[in-house]
Amino acid sequence: MSMNAAGRPTGVETIEANETSGFESFSGHKGLRLEEPLIFEIGNRDTTGVDIVDVDDFEMSLGGLERTSDIDCPGLSEPDAMRHFTRLSRKNYGIDMGVFPLGSCTMKHNPRLNEKMARLPGYGDVHPLQPTSTVQGALELMEELGHWLKTLTGLPAVALSPKAGAHGELCGVMAIRAALEARGDAREVVLCPESAHGTNPATAAFCGYKVKDIPAKENGRVDLDALKAALDDTVACVMLTNPNTCGLFESEIREIADAVHAAGAFFYCDGANFNAIMGKVRPGDLGVDAMHINLHKTFSTPHGGGGPGSGPVVFSDALKDFVPLPYVVADGDTLDIKEWGDDEGETSLGRLTGFHGQMGMYVRALSYMLSHGVDGIRQAAEDAVLNANYVLASLSDLMSASYEGPCKHEALFDDRFLKDTGVTTLDFAKAMIDEGYHPMTMYFPLVVHGAMLIEPTETESKYNMDQFIRSMRGLANAAKNQEVERFEGAPYYAPMKRLDETKAARSPILRYQTAAE
Amino acid sequence: MRYLPLTNEDRDAMLTKIGVGNIDDLFSDVPTEVLNPSIDLPNHQSEMAVERHLSKMSAKNISAGSVPFFVGAGAYKHHVPATVDYIIQRGEFLTAYTPYQPEIAQGTLQYLFEFQTQVAELTGMDVANASMYDGSTGCGEAIMMARRVTRKKKAILAGSLHAHYRAVSETTTQFTDDVLELLAPNPTDPQAELDAVIEAIDDQTSCVIVQNPNVFGHVLDLRPVAEAAHAKKALLVVVVTEVVSLGAVMSPGEMGADIVVGEGQSIGNGLNFGGPYLGLFATNQKYVRQMPGRLCGETVDADGKRGFVLTLSTREQHIRREKATSNICTNSGLCSLAFTVHMSLLGEKGLKKLALVNHKTASDLKAALNGIQGVEVLNDSFFNEITVRLPKNANDVVEALAAKDILAGVPVSRLYPDAGFDDLLLLAATETVLPEDINTLKTALEEELS
Repeated sequence: MSMNAAGRPTGVETIEANETSGFESFSGHKGLRLEEPLIFEIGNRDTTGVDIVDVDDFEMSLGGLERTSDIDCPGLSEPDAMRHFTRLSRKNYGIDMGVFPLGSCTMKHNPRLNEKMARLPGYGDVHPLQPTSTVQGALELMEELGHWLKTLTGLPAVALSPKAGAHGELCGVMAIRAALEARGDAREVVLCPESAHGTNPATAAFCGYKVKDIPAKENGRVDLDALKAALDDTVACVMLTNPNTCGLFESEIREIADAVHAAGAFFYCDGANFNAIMGKVRPGDLGVDAMHINLHKTFSTPHGGGGPGSGPVVFSDALKDFVPLPYVVADGDTLDIKEWGDDEGETSLGRLTGFHGQMGMYVRALSYMLSHGVDGIRQAAEDAVLNANYVLASLSDLMSASYEGPCKHEALFDDRFLKDTGVTTLDFAKAMIDEGYHPMTMYFPLVVHGAMLIEPTETESKYNMDQFIRSMRGLANAAKNQEVERFEGAPYYAPMKRLDETKAARSPILRYQTAAE
Repeated sequence: MRYLPLTNEDRDAMLTKIGVGNIDDLFSDVPTEVLNPSIDLPNHQSEMAVERHLSKMSAKNISAGSVPFFVGAGAYKHHVPATVDYIIQRGEFLTAYTPYQPEIAQGTLQYLFEFQTQVAELTGMDVANASMYDGSTGCGEAIMMARRVTRKKKAILAGSLHAHYRAVSETTTQFTDDVLELLAPNPTDPQAELDAVIEAIDDQTSCVIVQNPNVFGHVLDLRPVAEAAHAKKALLVVVVTEVVSLGAVMSPGEMGADIVVGEGQSIGNGLNFGGPYLGLFATNQKYVRQMPGRLCGETVDADGKRGFVLTLSTREQHIRREKATSNICTNSGLCSLAFTVHMSLLGEKGLKKLALVNHKTASDLKAALNGIQGVEVLNDSFFNEITVRLPKNANDVVEALAAKDILAGVPVSRLYPDAGFDDLLLLAATETVLPEDINTLKTALEEELS
């Protein structure tokens, strides 16, 4: 049996032999690969894993609207719950398990100090509507986080409350629209480069704007001439990602900003890729009017299987009067929260969230910032860029790099190197699972065919990168040798084989139902 | 810097492999005049130093668990079993991404499927999505969904819908075609308010949004509202800010809701000063394709084994871009895991019992407050929250009690600053409130009002 450096078998024959020579166990388990039924199949409606005091009879005051119907949710004892979720967790891949090169998502190490700090009772166990006199420390933390964000971006105002990156975009574009309306300027178009995150055009449409695409040039950057041609007095703003989704810095960004401002429009920057330039470049110096920052990417709050996120937005002077409610204000020596726009001349775009945003994420992000310091933040950006360029340099001879380097914190490849091999980007990605890695981002950005966007981040060591590169080179060679079987059936070693997504969409089953139902 | 594994030797070797002399050669596409600005922030600190700094700020706050605590109004202090926090901190859950690669994300996908089922069962609806940012943003999404379903634009928002939900809905829809009609809040007469809601429904109405129990704590019979809405081909959106109430109160589905929006923080999630929270969103099968947010569906793998995937993503921003159902990209995955773990520990039996304890505690609170001269409880019906009229400004009373380390509730004027509710106080009592807490509150309130 041939083994790779990590001690895993590599030959396709071996894989098949492994899969077919075994016997079916009576339990359905395969050693430590345990099958796990749904709660609804193992639980029991008379079981509860929580001790709750008994109450004496009393007169209920529910307006005669007592619930009499079943809640078909079985309970689990504490040991059974522990096992159920522990077994489930083992069917998941997280950054704690290995390289997670998911481009545009910035999956970096999540320091556990951040978790510990967020659980301090003064942050985790305070209510958003307690008297502000009893939460001065929490408000101070929000101020301090805001100070870091403003200083790192070189912009004068910040709105902390948006709950995620896309929510931050909404906040930014709403502020832009509010500012335009305040000056009586009804503009109707938002310009988005072709490579924009899908959330950008969706956000613009949400705010009532028509979206116009701006093409990219051959070098992967926005076509400045096309942008200039599209800019007129109907354009409200340009939404640009910088570094862009091709992993490239928009080198003409200052010209872009000048052109946008000259047309009376605003410059929105999607800050999803701030990780590459934090401490190195201040978006304020580039002419940005508004930019959201994904705390969960750049400042390392855990992604948690899809959230919670947190997307504070920084604003230029031109937009600072339009920030959403609520926000922290200083009142002499004490801090307060401005919750309602009741003042004369109030221009805030309104309230965006139920309470004050994602406090739990603020604590984690500030903990990360203080730990790194400005020196560490700059080093992190440099290492993220170094790692991405190292991947680019180490794979470019075998895989087709979409653009010439240097790249920023992600390396973009496309599927030209797979031409005539019978292997698709999807197959390639699934084969990475067998190598023990989470696949890279596939088919995005849309500007290149069969895109593969790899973002190693700064928290990978050279050793980890070399192992990863070795796997990628192995797969690229295997594809070129037309070892199609290795790819089309992949993954072989995951808890599940390839899942049928078409079936799921055609006849959606979105909840558990008993056979009787 | 302890989070960065590269050594200087590594960096040199890598730069050589790349073929550049130094790191700034990799930033050569950045205009030199903006590269490496001086930034006035402190340098890195040790783990111990950071911990000390953040602990010091934390200690300036009064935490809910340290004092008699009666604050609610959309966020509730409940006991969360230790198991919940342990499980959500497992790295495979905590540090995973959105489950785009289902073969190695079955852990996340299966609990999302379980979560969707639990939420559907609790709300009495057919299907639920895999969570929203929070209840308030979900409310704004419900308005836009109702427009897509009915092709009508006018949403009627009950006066006793949480003020923040009303405000967020206004903000979210301000640049859309939706027209919001905000009715006046009526803390004393819930029936009059429901009548006003019914009165307002007309042929242009896309949906009516009513909270239950409402923001003043009254439990409402929404069946007549559902009937009136459906007669005009409008949808009934029911908002539930205290999801534990569903263990005791008839479900929105049974009352005729078409969409249920909820704040799920109460189950499995801490107070966190307002976030992260967990938006619940459920509807009927026929509207599934108009529902915003992530959905997890059952399917099979290549061996025919049951498995789960994200599905119906054709509604989502990354496919439809400017035609997407919403711009949402993130959900509250980890918060929904906390919910699912806590809910699986409770089960039907535990949740119903927990709800009963909450209701009993609030009943005891009501009895205690009613016994104070000059204090009037406005609720005949309630779940775990009541509104009282005080003989003094409620905000002053709350501040005075806070100075004595009692967090006595939310002055209603904080939610409705201009409505003349200065003497109204909203108090919540969950299972974490003990009889001695109620006694302490009563004594302090009597002193303050005497």
